[in-house]
Amino acid sequence: MILHSYLALSGILFTIGLVGVVTRRNIIMILLSLEILLSAANLAFVAFSQALGDLSGQIMVFFVMIVAAAEVTVGLAIAVVLVRQHGKSNADDLRDLRW
Amino acid sequence: MVNPPAFLPWSILFLPLAAFLIITFLTRKSKPLSAAVAIGALALSLCSTAALLIHILRCHEPANAAFTFTVPWVDLPGLFLEFGLLVNPLAILMSLVVTGVGLMIFIYSVGYMSHEPGFARYFAFLSLFAFSMLGIVLANNFVTLFIFWELVGASSYLLIGYWYDRPRAADAGKKAFLVNRIADFGFLLGILMLWSVSGVHGEPRTLNFLMLDSVSAHIRDQFSGAGLFSPLSLIALLLFCGVVGKSAQFPLHVWLPDAMEGPTPVSALIHAATMVAAGVYLLCRIFFLLEVFNIPQVLGLIAWIGGFTALFAASMALVENDIKRVLAYSTLSQLGYMVMALGMGGYAAGMFHLTTHAFFKAMLFMGAGCVIHSLHTNDIWQMGGLRWTMPVTTTLFAIGSLALCGIFPFAGFWSKDEILALAFDSHRILWFIGTLTACLTAFYMGRVFCVAFLGEPRSREHHSHEAPAIMLWPLIPLAILSIIGGFIGIPSLLDNPTGAHVEFNLTVALISNLAAVGGLLLAWAIYVKGFQPVQWLQNLLAPATRLLIRKYFVDEVYGWINRNVQQRTAVVLNLFERYVIIGLWANGIAKTTGLTGSALRRMQTGKVQNYALALLIGLSLLIYASWRWVP
Amino acid sequence: MLKLPFLDRPMSHPFFFYMLSTLMIASALGVILNRNPVYAVLMLVSTLFALSGLFVLLGAYFVAAIQVIIYAGAILVLFLFVVMLLDMEPETLLKIKGSTLRVTGLIFGLFFLWQFLRAARAMTPFSTAGNMRVAGTTAAIGKQLFTTYALPFEVASGLLLVGIIGAVVLAKKKIP
Repeated sequence: MILHSYLALSGILFTIGLVGVVTRRNIIMILLSLEILLSAANLAFVAFSQALGDLSGQIMVFFVMIVAAAEVTVGLAIAVVLVRQHGKSNADDLRDLRW
Repeated sequence: MVNPPAFLPWSILFLPLAAFLIITFLTRKSKPLSAAVAIGALALSLCSTAALLIHILRCHEPANAAFTFTVPWVDLPGLFLEFGLLVNPLAILMSLVVTGVGLMIFIYSVGYMSHEPGFARYFAFLSLFAFSMLGIVLANNFVTLFIFWELVGASSYLLIGYWYDRPRAADAGKKAFLVNRIADFGFLLGILMLWSVSGVHGEPRTLNFLMLDSVSAHIRDQFSGAGLFSPLSLIALLLFCGVVGKSAQFPLHVWLPDAMEGPTPVSALIHAATMVAAGVYLLCRIFFLLEVFNIPQVLGLIAWIGGFTALFAASMALVENDIKRVLAYSTLSQLGYMVMALGMGGYAAGMFHLTTHAFFKAMLFMGAGCVIHSLHTNDIWQMGGLRWTMPVTTTLFAIGSLALCGIFPFAGFWSKDEILALAFDSHRILWFIGTLTACLTAFYMGRVFCVAFLGEPRSREHHSHEAPAIMLWPLIPLAILSIIGGFIGIPSLLDNPTGAHVEFNLTVALISNLAAVGGLLLAWAIYVKGFQPVQWLQNLLAPATRLLIRKYFVDEVYGWINRNVQQRTAVVLNLFERYVIIGLWANGIAKTTGLTGSALRRMQTGKVQNYALALLIGLSLLIYASWRWVP
Repeated sequence: MLKLPFLDRPMSHPFFFYMLSTLMIASALGVILNRNPVYAVLMLVSTLFALSGLFVLLGAYFVAAIQVIIYAGAILVLFLFVVMLLDMEPETLLKIKGSTLRVTGLIFGLFFLWQFLRAARAMTPFSTAGNMRVAGTTAAIGKQLFTTYALPFEVASGLLLVGIIGAVVLAKKKIP
């Protein structure tokens, strides 16, 4: 049950992140909400690691953080390029790949 | 009994095919070489047949001899098809007829067709026909038989339409092929039905004649009920469909008179002696089925169709002016006799009549061919007085006519009499029809003979001369056979213990001879002595004559059916195809796919957040589903 | 090793748990609701601090430390730099166009949360009301990293290299 509260917490955080991704209009803010998603996953990993007595969960968190770092770097670079080209940072305006 | 060497039957079948191929690919330019190849191949086939005949005669019980030579073709569990030959006395007899009479006709053709540009093509097609016909004769199962059956139809089409630049000849070829197609459809259905019932007691299904013979009693026991529409009756009726087409029985008789557009030797070989007899031969081949199956109504129907065709065709021959068409109707009539005999169970009688008919009908056609060749006309009213200018032809034609009329002691008398005696014992009405037909036969043959050969030449432009020797010599053996054919013991060769055995009946013989002689005398009286019947009799007969001249309007009926039934159905089906199958189905599916694509592509908005939303929706639904439906 | 008595039983101090979780959720809500981008980033920093506290409660000391140092310290600082570089304005609250998307997103988000919670509740209950099973100290993590997970460790460094190169190549301005 105690694990359940950690998982519930992780779920709430994940939902907040998801709603943020879908709802925000600014691309930087979308990337920010993505970070919340990753953090929620991290929390779940660590909670399970403690519950099962296995350190692999925390190792996983370590690697998730590394990947998040790389992803944020590249993502922000792309965002910068997009804003430079289009002049505005509204996600709704970036729809060149439509049908 | 010891098997004959295998190359004999295979050589009978494949030598004419080899001739066809050689002529088509190698010797097309050379007339004498093509003829030599064709004649040589058929002569060798005749020798092989004779060798097999001797082998069979030396067997312990010749009538029961049966040798099989096969090549397996499809060998799957549940389906076994083979390409094989069955050699028994029936097959050897028919093969002798085909190769013997065929050889005579081939030699005759060298003279008849000597001025034709398509000489080599003619002999190639003739060889192809010989191959196909021998295939029918020797086949040992229904599949092989059917293949050759269709091949014979194709050869007939090619030969009828030999002069392909004449519209009438082309149309006649088409007509023959189409009418046969209708019949073969029924035939194929019959074969398939037989196939489906042939698997009894755990035996695999088969179409082999010998194997069907052994299981035929079991098949009969499977089905109770013997009405006209019981399964066994249907099978027999459908198989008989093929006979109706190939042997030109009523109502599919319409193609045979028009088939006279082909060259006369073709008419002699195909439409007198061999191909049209294939239907009768088929009935003999499957006779074991007909007698075991307990189907008296079907056999009665077969006999009646045969008898009706005989009378029907003879009546139309009374008013024909084209000598070849008279002979065509005569062939129809005699085929009716043969089918009638088979329907009454007279297996040996039917084959006997087939053999003798081949002899004298081929000779009659070739004799008519000699006349046509020298006078360049088919109309008997343009002929006359040929007795003085073409004495040999006249004699041969006379012999053939007497044999056809069934005058004692020619061959035709013996075979026709056997059929009439059989009818006298079992179906008295059919006997009466047969005798009446014999009278009519004598009358129209007498009419032709008197008008064409006796009297004075009727036309100034056509001068006749005797035919060249090469066209006369082949007729001599046929003439001899027409005279002595009754005495060489053909029925005993075919002695089938279960077929109807016929005793010589003096009454029947006397009555039929009297009828024939009476017919001949009447013809002589009218057409030589100029005897005119009383005026009121002539007026009475006038509408009947019109009916006969218009061939009972059968062709008009077919035309009407074609216009109103077939054409209209075709229009409906065309509309169905255009709007339902193409419009609704093919184009419909394409349009639906296009519309679905147009609708679905709106999902690609290009906005990342929409995609993320889709992910969210999918994810939540998945979790819901895993919660709900996983036990 | 520092041994704090109250840390031996992670859930025996629900006070810390509830305080830290409330802080975290409030800060997360602040991230997604704040119009000003700078404020949003700062709210995320707060969230990550609270998260780090929760990690300490769970005995993952090393992870908690690197969360603050790397995640909050480096990644979010990068975010701030980019926000300031792009000089963005605060978002307007709600526009008519595209609001269907947002409302649908909200609804499905709540639906998702509900399903997630139910699914989590259906799991086999683990009783963790006992002593701490594993201590995520630096030594322990280090031992694992350099033995069992040595290969991913090396590959991760390659990944970072790729990220750096990619970022530089992408964002470089063309020199005329």
